[in-house]
Amino acid sequence: MSAVYLRSLDLITRVRGVRGAMVVARSDGLVVAEQLMEGIKGSTVAALTASLAGRLHRAMVAAGLGPSQFWHLQCEQGAVLAVPAGDGLLMVAVTEPEVNVGLVRLELLRAAEAAA
Amino acid sequence: MSEDVKTLSAELARDPQSLVFLRLGELLRQKRQFDAAARIALHGLERHQHLADAHDLYARILADRHDYEHAFDEWDMTLRIAPHHTGALKGLAFLYFKVGDLGQAESHLQAAHRIAPDDPSIAQAFAVIRGEAPSSGAMLPSPDDPVAEPLPSAETVAPLPETRVFAGLEGAQEGLLLLDAAGLVLGGALKTPEGGDVTEAVAAYLAGVSYEAARTAKLLGLGGWRGLSAEGQSGHVHVGQPTAESMLLVVRDRSVPLGRLGLLAQRAAQAARRWLERQG
Repeated sequence: MSAVYLRSLDLITRVRGVRGAMVVARSDGLVVAEQLMEGIKGSTVAALTASLAGRLHRAMVAAGLGPSQFWHLQCEQGAVLAVPAGDGLLMVAVTEPEVNVGLVRLELLRAAEAAA
Repeated sequence: MSEDVKTLSAELARDPQSLVFLRLGELLRQKRQFDAAARIALHGLERHQHLADAHDLYARILADRHDYEHAFDEWDMTLRIAPHHTGALKGLAFLYFKVGDLGQAESHLQAAHRIAPDDPSIAQAFAVIRGEAPSSGAMLPSPDDPVAEPLPSAETVAPLPETRVFAGLEGAQEGLLLLDAAGLVLGGALKTPEGGDVTEAVAAYLAGVSYEAARTAKLLGLGGWRGLSAEGQSGHVHVGQPTAESMLLVVRDRSVPLGRLGLLAQRAAQAARRWLERQG
């Protein structure tokens, strides 16, 4: 299974502007697999994205929108994108500010499907 | 300072590892000295990170301060450590009740009732969520006498008329929401696809989303956060900050793509900023 994750992460990180991608356990925010550029702390990304995903999930369910299928945090110097995958996992990408969000989303969804 | 607080403080000073912080923190909470109670609870948590009662104590203090998002996290942690902790189950039931999720509130109370069938406060809480008793006091998450004031309800914290905030904007009555930094509604409203009003419930959760988004951006060295967009099964959502002290939520069904939602959010943010400036 880890080979599947690594292949998927490889495809995501090939998109121009992606600084790293990882598979994260939603329940405890731990890294399952990662492919990150130097300087990005995988454990920090994992913990923060899992926590944000949990809070967003509660807000969206309360709003009657159902669980989140994709989310995109836009920041001044980059972005974080994530999609849920099977078995309580999240596929996460950290990007530069200038990135083709649609393409990253597509690769994340493909990766999530492959992981499931 | 009462003798009890003095005695317990002295005991804790003598032995910082002592579990007496639980009694001291609870006593201070009951005296409504929330800052002191929080300091004691955090002192205990630093030394006893895996003690469920310590997380429960801190959660009750946070709930008394109306910091529901963090109270939720602490009770959630309590249950991870001790899945049969009735205080945490009652606390979570209280929070779900506050945001209008009566199903979850009842489910947590049922779990607490299975563990402590003779606890009269659980029966009282059941009566509240079933509308058979007034909410004041009975749902509050305390192992002892509740001390917090009745919490603000939709009646006491009524949002300002939406027309003053989002006048002329599409979705002003069901898909635009402006909140202050604490998650209180300033204007707009939110309804589910079925038409149910979820304004207060979503507002309660949104402060936590904003806090977590800011924390994530900061700790990953990405600067400030500018927006958070998400696709749900039944609709899309965009969260932004028109000003440093406010949050804006825009919700639309899935027929509106995320990119267009971002544009709608920009327009709504401009309207919100203008309105906030007029308020002085």
